[in-house]
Amino acid sequence: MEGDGGSEIKQWCLSQVKGAIDDDVTEADIISAVEFNHSGELLATGDRGGRIVIFQQEQESKTLAHSRGEYNVYSTFQSHEPEFDYLKSLEIEEKINKIRWLPQKNAAHFLLSTNDKTIKLWKISERDKRPEGYNLKEEDGRYKDPTSVTTLRVPVFQPMDLMVEASPRRVYANAHTYHINSISVNSDNETYLSADDLRINLWHLDFTDRSFNIVDIKPTNMEELTEVITASEFHPLQCNTFVYGSSKGSVRLCDMRAAALCDQHSKLFEEPEDPSARSFFSEIISSVSDVKFSHSGRYMMTRDYLTIKIWDLNMESQPVETYQVHEYLRSKLCSLYENDCIFDKFECCWSHDDSEVMTGSYNNFFRMFGRDGQAGVTLEASWESSSPRCPLRPWRVCAGSRRKEDEIGVDCLDFSRKILHTSWHPQDGIIAMATVNNLYIFQEKLN
Amino acid sequence: MKPWPAVCPSNCSVRPLAPSPAQLAAWLQSQHTELSTFTHCNLAPSGRGAAPLIQHPASKHAYVAHHQRTEVTRVLGCHSCCRIDMFSKGTKRKFSDDGDEISDESLAGAQVSSSYSLQRQSLLDMSLIKLQLCHMLVEPNLCRSVLIANTVRQIQEEMTHDGTWQVVTETFCGGSQSPSERLVATEVLCRSREQDAEPKLFSVLSYEGCREEEVVTDETLCSVSVSDTASDVCLSESARHCWERDEFVEVDRDDEACESSRLGPGDDDDDDDNDDDEVDEEEESSRVDPKTMGQVFGTFEIKNSAPGPDSALEELFSDVDASYYDLDTMLTGIQSAPKMGPYDLLDSLAPSHGPPSIGSPSNCRSDLNELDHIMEIIVGS
Repeated sequence: MEGDGGSEIKQWCLSQVKGAIDDDVTEADIISAVEFNHSGELLATGDRGGRIVIFQQEQESKTLAHSRGEYNVYSTFQSHEPEFDYLKSLEIEEKINKIRWLPQKNAAHFLLSTNDKTIKLWKISERDKRPEGYNLKEEDGRYKDPTSVTTLRVPVFQPMDLMVEASPRRVYANAHTYHINSISVNSDNETYLSADDLRINLWHLDFTDRSFNIVDIKPTNMEELTEVITASEFHPLQCNTFVYGSSKGSVRLCDMRAAALCDQHSKLFEEPEDPSARSFFSEIISSVSDVKFSHSGRYMMTRDYLTIKIWDLNMESQPVETYQVHEYLRSKLCSLYENDCIFDKFECCWSHDDSEVMTGSYNNFFRMFGRDGQAGVTLEASWESSSPRCPLRPWRVCAGSRRKEDEIGVDCLDFSRKILHTSWHPQDGIIAMATVNNLYIFQEKLN
Repeated sequence: MKPWPAVCPSNCSVRPLAPSPAQLAAWLQSQHTELSTFTHCNLAPSGRGAAPLIQHPASKHAYVAHHQRTEVTRVLGCHSCCRIDMFSKGTKRKFSDDGDEISDESLAGAQVSSSYSLQRQSLLDMSLIKLQLCHMLVEPNLCRSVLIANTVRQIQEEMTHDGTWQVVTETFCGGSQSPSERLVATEVLCRSREQDAEPKLFSVLSYEGCREEEVVTDETLCSVSVSDTASDVCLSESARHCWERDEFVEVDRDDEACESSRLGPGDDDDDDDNDDDEVDEEEESSRVDPKTMGQVFGTFEIKNSAPGPDSALEELFSDVDASYYDLDTMLTGIQSAPKMGPYDLLDSLAPSHGPPSIGSPSNCRSDLNELDHIMEIIVGS
């Protein structure tokens, strides 16, 4: 529908829900990573059990013109296994922390997946033909008796049922002492970075036995440690630029051309603290949980506990836009600290045209903000209260413990149901997000 | 009415001892039924003088809050200037006729500041519990630990600024005079006694390169350093029972262990009259921050230890980040470490110290705990 997209409030509909519906959730099924690939055709999810499930979008249905294709399971494989570090006597979790797709170069798809210590490059390829007509082998593989062969023939490829194979092509191990929290593929399609709490390493995709350390904020004396790296990303267009966010709420932009070790930042994005709002929790809630460049490469979005901030890369002093995600939690910080929810790391994502941003919240709410001035909207990811192709109704959160139609009190929020991982289709109005063990896919309603 | 445990150090120079805010709160809670009105502790950072203590008519050394007034009860002053008044002048103190000065405004302000300080204290306690209760099988989340530690540091700084921090660090770190042996003995004793008891918190000994350095004992932070000059160990609440009656170690671990224990009748009365203050730790108290924070993070790294019997081994493994051996010592015995009697301790001494043998994970961890613990005792003494 034509019209000024700015003033029109976009509507979202629940498209699909993946995963078990029952409340009994095993730890291993909890989704820990969600990522669309560069074309949006594939959607990968990683879980705490170290598995990756890839969904593929159906070709758009010709009959239903207003419906985008559905996502169906394409491939499932075990990416990481639990390990035991014998030297430290500690387990290494197999939980998938991040998944990043490589841009597609040929028929196969490649993705990087990482747990706390090891990054793996997976190749996902299809096989839909197989050779048939061997001279020396039967169809089932047994060898024929050579004396029974009387003629010769050339084997030909025959179609077969589609088989999707995932094979690990590279394993990048033993480069991180601390827990890896981010990976990011460079725009040059040859290198990528991996960031742990104190260091960032630069890898070449082809070499697994070496990586370059480009950022190291580990103090010589660990007693003086006060800040850690929380997120990192390469610039989408400039292959020499990357950013990393810290637990103190600052984001540093580094240029790899300046030095081999980029401890000296090129730019420091930090908003001065509001002294009137200072509390014991100020630092914790300022910790950057996610940083994402816009598709244009001009802006950068940071997510801290209560807000989303949009930064212009040319201005370091303050963000150009700030959106309150769940300001009503500010008075509950002490309780959230007690139950550890204050340490939850929410992700955020840009829309395909950078006009909107989205992030998750508690009670299976997620927030969408249009950057053209329209107020944010709170929507709920719930299969019970949504029907497909029916637009989601916005929620309001009020003080106290009221609960009525479209309004819920702060005290009624369920902090165990949270949406940490979100991803936006790179070219279309489709968003995917993970509640505890379900994957929700929403589509923008086409009018 | 229980008399407040009074400490009158003979050689106290500048800062007299006074109850810590945590103990204060505990004591207040226990007295709550007897006090008719809301008790408050004037810890206002604004620097208002605290309400003076009134000497209990019955006991010469006990300073209690006057409880005959109905509208306001002066409480144990925790402000430093008031402490000086109380203690440096011996028995001299102000009587309740000063109470007329207190007006309603200051009462309200004092209430606010008291609740603020109580909240702050509970936040501190909560943070310390969080720092200790890490998942033992998996490496703890460094980001979370750093954030919690920074919060603790922030609270500490504010309390230092208030003047309440010196109280905390001085009071209950009057450890024993013969440091290591007794501590070891107590450790062993306490471990054996705790076999059937629910573990609350174990004493924490960390030897993180602190042998050469001055040591801060910060019992509120649940971390203890063993040093050459003074070994001050603050033991857990259950450990407290192990001490002789004439040993003054007023340990207040219960504020970390569980909140409820603080409200109980408590065991504060055991050690009232033990006035020994072996070590004056004023100088050390100001250095709380780096050392104790070091306990948390120092464990993530191998420290350059003084050459010792295992220096060869350490060289061998120097490039290896075996930091989590040390993390064990700090978080010793929190969850699953089996309680060991003294004989078990001896048994575990038999295999030589070194990198842990590869065994099943749970055995490995408990062995590590014990091994490291013993090593630090040996090395530290």
